[in-house]
Amino acid sequence: MSRRSVERHVAEGSKTRIIDRRRYHVLSVLFVVFFIASMLFMVSGLPEFASPDNPADNEVAEKYLEDSIEDTGAVNAVAGMILDYRAFDTLGESCVLYAATICVMLLLSRTRQTYVKEAAGYLPADQIDLRKEKNPLADDAILTVTLRFLIPIILLYGICVVLNGHLSPGGGFSGGAVISGALILYACAHGELEAENMLGRKLYMTLTCAALGTYCVLKGAIFFMAANHIEDHIPKGIPGSLLSGGVIPLLNICVGIVVACTIYGIYLMFMRGGFEK
Amino acid sequence: MRDILLVFTTNLPEAAAVVLFGIGLGNLILAKNLIRKIIGLNIMDSSVYLFLAAKGYIAGRLAPIIDPSGPVDTSLYIDPIPTGLVLTGIVVSVSVTAFLLALTVRLYERFGTIDIDQILIDLKKIEKQEDEEWT
Repeated sequence: MSRRSVERHVAEGSKTRIIDRRRYHVLSVLFVVFFIASMLFMVSGLPEFASPDNPADNEVAEKYLEDSIEDTGAVNAVAGMILDYRAFDTLGESCVLYAATICVMLLLSRTRQTYVKEAAGYLPADQIDLRKEKNPLADDAILTVTLRFLIPIILLYGICVVLNGHLSPGGGFSGGAVISGALILYACAHGELEAENMLGRKLYMTLTCAALGTYCVLKGAIFFMAANHIEDHIPKGIPGSLLSGGVIPLLNICVGIVVACTIYGIYLMFMRGGFEK
Repeated sequence: MRDILLVFTTNLPEAAAVVLFGIGLGNLILAKNLIRKIIGLNIMDSSVYLFLAAKGYIAGRLAPIIDPSGPVDTSLYIDPIPTGLVLTGIVVSVSVTAFLLALTVRLYERFGTIDIDQILIDLKKIEKQEDEEWT
């Protein structure tokens, strides 16, 4: 096949593509409208919104609400549920976050050699200075000065949300997201190199692994002991006080570390635009 | 038809969730730009959270932060299970979004565009050229 015949072939293909494209548009709009209509019909069969005789509000929810304080020691029934009754579900979630970090790392990180090779196309090798890669927002006076006041407050708020996870709305996931917000703001204001110095890839991966391992071992051991009728002697504390709920505060801290490190790590990976020092 | 319109008075949050899901689905299958596709997927995710949260809500009841003094009155609090499920959903959608965006960055580096049609045309051209080199 010659180059011209290839081009003609592609051109013919794109003509039929346009017709296909139009048909595809019409069909997909029709499909979406039909889909919404049928789902609305389904919703009309549901019990009325916010009614107390909703069949979803059954003995399972009652069991969680009634026995939560006695079984777990946590005042927040949601924290008691996701970190005690369904603790392995939360472990799975944290592992999904960890897997996401690893995937983004695999896709976006390149070795120093590849970067140098690519840059060598337009720069002599001795002029490639990796340290000069900078963020356009870095060293902006307004951002830096504002964040000097804001970051400690945001960090403290995040830590407060994590530590009070068993007493008030919040917990590891939301608190971790707040903490990662503070870390991302720091990376914004001071550039990625400074951020790498503060909390580099090695450190945040180690922290994530350590937190996941602690969670896994702690909760696994407690479940194992409970299943074999061994007393675990972990004090539940007075419900409503900061040190209560058995291991729930510890598990919340672990989840918070995983979430904060994951979101911060993913942000750094996107920020550096795909190369490794 | 009347049933379907009545839904907006009796089950407004659920109906809104369904409509949002449709909008997200339309965005997912119609948009050419990969970033818009990802946004469509995120709209679908959010509609599912809205639906779950709406199913858990009961009028006049409080968030399940239980008063530790005295016996527990379960008719005071909403169902805690959907709240936990939404938490799981949010985490998974954040992870999937990060993964998809990273894939998009790689596609952009390879093809210089994030238009899915352009990428398919380029792929076809590359395949044809490879065939040509083979024969």
